[in-house]
Amino acid sequence: MSDDTVRLLTPEGVRVEHPEYALDATPEELRSLYRDMALARRFDAEGVTLQRQGELGLWPSLLGQEAAQVGSVRALRDDDHAFPSYREHAVAMGRGLDPLALMRLFRGVDNGDWDPEEHHFHLYTLVIGSQTLHATGYAMGLAKKGAESAVVGYFGDGATAQGDVSEAFNFAAVYGAPVVFFCQNNQWAISESNERQSRVPLYRRAQGFGFPGVRVDGNDVLATLAVTRRALERARQGEGPTLIEAFTYRMGAHTTSDDPTRYRDTAEVESWRAKDPLLRLERLLRAEGSADDAFFAETEAAGEVLATRVRTAVRALSVPGTDHLFDHVYAESHALVDEERAAFDVYQASFVQEV
Amino acid sequence: MTTATTAGAERMTLLSALNVSLRTALAEDPRTLLMGEDIGRLGGVFRVTDGLQKDFGDERVMDTPLAESGIVGTAIGLALSGFRPVVEIQFDGFVFPAYDQIVTQLAKMHARSRGRVRLPVVIRIPYGGAIGAVEHHSESPETLFAHVAGLRVMSPSNPSDAYWMLQEAVRSDDPVIFLEPKRRYYDTGEVDVRATARPHPQGARVVRAGSDLTLAAYGPMVATCLDAAAAASEEGHDLEVVDLRSISPIDFDTLVRSVGRTGRLVIAHEAPVFFGAGAEIAARVTERCFYQLEAPVLRVGGFHSPYPPSRLEDAYLPGLDRVLDAVDRALAA
Repeated sequence: MSDDTVRLLTPEGVRVEHPEYALDATPEELRSLYRDMALARRFDAEGVTLQRQGELGLWPSLLGQEAAQVGSVRALRDDDHAFPSYREHAVAMGRGLDPLALMRLFRGVDNGDWDPEEHHFHLYTLVIGSQTLHATGYAMGLAKKGAESAVVGYFGDGATAQGDVSEAFNFAAVYGAPVVFFCQNNQWAISESNERQSRVPLYRRAQGFGFPGVRVDGNDVLATLAVTRRALERARQGEGPTLIEAFTYRMGAHTTSDDPTRYRDTAEVESWRAKDPLLRLERLLRAEGSADDAFFAETEAAGEVLATRVRTAVRALSVPGTDHLFDHVYAESHALVDEERAAFDVYQASFVQEV
Repeated sequence: MTTATTAGAERMTLLSALNVSLRTALAEDPRTLLMGEDIGRLGGVFRVTDGLQKDFGDERVMDTPLAESGIVGTAIGLALSGFRPVVEIQFDGFVFPAYDQIVTQLAKMHARSRGRVRLPVVIRIPYGGAIGAVEHHSESPETLFAHVAGLRVMSPSNPSDAYWMLQEAVRSDDPVIFLEPKRRYYDTGEVDVRATARPHPQGARVVRAGSDLTLAAYGPMVATCLDAAAAASEEGHDLEVVDLRSISPIDFDTLVRSVGRTGRLVIAHEAPVFFGAGAEIAARVTERCFYQLEAPVLRVGGFHSPYPPSRLEDAYLPGLDRVLDAVDRALAA
């Protein structure tokens, strides 16, 4: 990790000073950040398990990226908005979305149909990078309305190679949109490493578009929170976009369909395991006497409660009725959809047996 | 082919009708935004947005960076935040960088959110050939949009429809691909901009009644088909011309009623015949009118070839003679 990476908490759990960024956090806030990361990790593990049991079609694990997500989402105010990619489970939880909604998508009972305006958490986006333009357009809209709120657009290192992300950077820059581009550089775009995505460190991309870019230790929840908070303040004050590159690591597979042992070695994974985001905060909490065994046991128990709840709920999810095929294709009536629905109803009715 | 002249009607070009319609939309709803390349001070390369930035300001009539995907992607974000963007794509052949955002995002978000998200975005595209333009400036991509569930696709053929269909498009809560027949921009007609409702309701419209054969078209080919019908009448053939106006959905009921009367159907469009709108129309009309048809349904359109250099476009485009050739074949059957 290069010297210009913002870090406030070392892997050993020691607080360090940074000339530009500082974070005052009470013991209660630190415990709360730990708790959010721990719950997200437990929920995520349940996603992997449920997929292995055949209950989910796919699960993209966030393991290793808890600090990047929890730290950044904690910086948002209620009136701010988050536009996720498809791995932002901890961001969803941080916004107050019931994470069961995420599992509905990966179980295949819907395509992720939560109300984006309820928690200001927008829909998961599986086409890489598309949502960065939506985040930018939304931010442009907030500015037009004179709102004093901002938007965070989440994406990964692989997405930075997409044209849409460059276009989003440029639109945000020329319109001065109140948007923060939050790139979780987890080092791997499925099997392709950073070297195949970019010839320059990702945070430096921003300079070419005319706005600041900053690299933060993405496994340091305190630094991530401080850096995102500052970027959001800039956005709210009309100073335009910021690119944050959260330097982190995807400890698991890209998704449950992936086998990372084919493209990366154990030593690399182990070197990142030593930088675990939860472990370093646990070390700090224990060293400062801010949390004891009872707190960690209690947090673990809360994780089990969450896991049990979603496991039970996922298994109980019913298959949607075939009306879902036709119900919302259009907001207003469309003759073809009406015709196909009617024909399908007749077809289905033809199977009804007389008793 | 204009509406009956009434007290409020004015004679104007199709291009002016679009301009007035956009002006009405901006004036009536503060959520309406115009976005596109060169649409501000220049008024668009065709001048469809002429004067609108001057009167409504650059926050509502926005010159954008030269990036079609960026334009549509940010329009989606603006729509999510409560605005109603009307996007201009400068030419038909330049829409493809935005095709991903249109197909994967714009078209699907209402369905995938189970109706929670509405994206009232209009994408205006000057389309079609016959203006002697260079490569990528004469294409007819309507089928590529009509094939995508979640999009509405429409194309006016005359100034009155241009005004009213654009009103319909900006008021729709669905995304609309609005295809403007650029070679008809300077056609004139009566437009009653003070009417409270469009003179001809939605759906296909019989623009010329006839008994021997139905000619179906939309956008730039409607005028060609009316010319063909006039020429055929000199040879004693009485053709009916149906202006479909909308390509998704298609008003098959009006078309089926017409074919029920005439027993013959020829469909004309500039887009390639192969997998074109005519293929879908032929299949469905055959299904519904099988016993009324006196002849196979025929199609006239572009070839399975890239749009040619402009000196060859007269051969590529279905002009009066090729339409009449198909008419003759259908009548001979």
